[in-house]
Amino acid sequence: MDSLIYFVLASVTVGGALGVVFGRSPIASLLFMIASLGSTAGIYVMLEAHFLAAIQIIVYAGAIMVLFLFVIMLLNLGHDYKRDIRGGLAILFAFGVTGGIGGLLASRVMPEGTLLLNSYPTGVSIDTEIAEKGIIGVIAEPLFNEYIVAFEFTGVLLFVAIVGALALAKRSD
Amino acid sequence: MGSSHIIGIEDGTAYFLVTSAKIAVMFGVVMITVAYTTLAERRVSAFIQDRLGPNRVGPMGLLQPIADGLKNLLKEETLPASASRLYFLLGPMLAMIPALVTFAVIPFAAPLPTPWGVVPMVIADVPIGVLYILALSSLGVYGVVIAGWASNNKYAFLGGLRASAQMISYEVGLGLSLIAVLMLAGNVTLTEIVSRQQQLGIWFALPLSLGFILFLICAFAETNRLPFDMPEAESELITGFHTEYSAMKFSMFFIAEYAHMLTASALMATLFFGGWDLPGTWDDMYMFQGQLISGFGANGAPIAATLTVWKSLATFLGFALKTGFFLFLYIWIRWTLPRFRYDQVMELGWKVIIPISLGYTMVLAATMLTLYEAGVEYGFTFGLVLSVVSGLCTLGFVFLLDKGGTIGGAASGKKVTFEQEIL
Repeated sequence: MDSLIYFVLASVTVGGALGVVFGRSPIASLLFMIASLGSTAGIYVMLEAHFLAAIQIIVYAGAIMVLFLFVIMLLNLGHDYKRDIRGGLAILFAFGVTGGIGGLLASRVMPEGTLLLNSYPTGVSIDTEIAEKGIIGVIAEPLFNEYIVAFEFTGVLLFVAIVGALALAKRSD
Repeated sequence: MGSSHIIGIEDGTAYFLVTSAKIAVMFGVVMITVAYTTLAERRVSAFIQDRLGPNRVGPMGLLQPIADGLKNLLKEETLPASASRLYFLLGPMLAMIPALVTFAVIPFAAPLPTPWGVVPMVIADVPIGVLYILALSSLGVYGVVIAGWASNNKYAFLGGLRASAQMISYEVGLGLSLIAVLMLAGNVTLTEIVSRQQQLGIWFALPLSLGFILFLICAFAETNRLPFDMPEAESELITGFHTEYSAMKFSMFFIAEYAHMLTASALMATLFFGGWDLPGTWDDMYMFQGQLISGFGANGAPIAATLTVWKSLATFLGFALKTGFFLFLYIWIRWTLPRFRYDQVMELGWKVIIPISLGYTMVLAATMLTLYEAGVEYGFTFGLVLSVVSGLCTLGFVFLLDKGGTIGGAASGKKVTFEQEIL
């Protein structure tokens, strides 16, 4: 049963991701992306990472994709009489950037094999951790104790980015 | 009376049967409540405007929703020539599904004892309760936006645009006002939030009064109800996003709106008014180390809870009454307050709700930390101190918003000119 659910979710994830790239209209791409994000959240649930799943939906599907939709509608994209992406050069550039990022990720993860799994302290089962601290405590405790400085700095960085974007947008008038 | 075993997922078939039954009953109850809320809306609006309202079909118009449903089923479906067919059909579906599935995590009565074991009166007690609701309610906007876009009509399109902007803005405020509840309860599961209110002895509406008010405002904005119904705004946009919809597809938007209202009302009752908890301690029961207990004895030993069918029924009735009150509040406010202007909605969301809920969170966190440091245990005194602090915050909030001297009235000495009023 579990593997059946997994394969359904995994194929929706991959199919959705392909649909984003090959979708004819931006709105279709966006809906495919939501489907892909949603089934990724489903896989998180299967891994007992309920909190991550909820955050995935709230932040990505619920907020960021709504903004994407807003922009697509505001720019009036998605007509079949004219293409939204200009020229072959832009497509080449997009593929180059995504390929570069993908390669970088692969080169970071591949040599050590299960790099991410090993970074969790050995000997402590995630189940006992969840039983002890609750499903959110497992994430919240390291975030607000061990990594508090990095966490706060990320917040400041994002804030600076927002202020910078506003300043750039306002400069024209 | 049966075994005290709580039916859970490890019971296999029994769990499957019980859950299916709960889903079927819940779906029926929600749909019927939605149908009768539409009637209540029309009757209450008539009462407020000193008219009669629909009273021809059945006794006191009680069969009106059935007549409406039949009419909507039999009416002609229209499809605008220039609309994109697929998305036009997808819109109502996307609007309706999130509105209905949200109800799955809300506990609606005390656990019910049956001869086969104890049945928890919640469909799915997911470990992320409140976050699940936030996640699904944030998906509800897609139906509205896609419908507005697919209609290929400028009014519908503007409605969709407004919906997306408004939803994003108020979601932040909604989340921030919820932090108050999560901090006090120390948990995100809705059953746990109910039981923490029983342990506190006061429903969260009092210790977290400002949080409740902010949540109420944001919930109105999230359900697109007046005074926040920008996506519809019939005096500006015809009827906004569903201008081009007719018959059952229009009806589905209607059902989605009322189902959203119902969920929001149930959520307000659960988060701030104790859920199914009734006044007094006679119905208290919560989980403690895998056992349902009703509290602790003088020596600190847990007392096992006694479950009866009557308790479950009474608590369900209490929950229904609380939810019903908030549904009534929705209708009451709709027919009392005029609609905001679009820029006012945005200004209220970003410049008032968000900063105030952030500040309130800090005040609350500081108070709770001080109390814990001073050695005050989670209990009645704890709740009382928080009530006083929150009450002061609420007073400050109300007078801050009261620029026109509505509350102070003539005694405030402010003379409000017409120009000031419209500014």
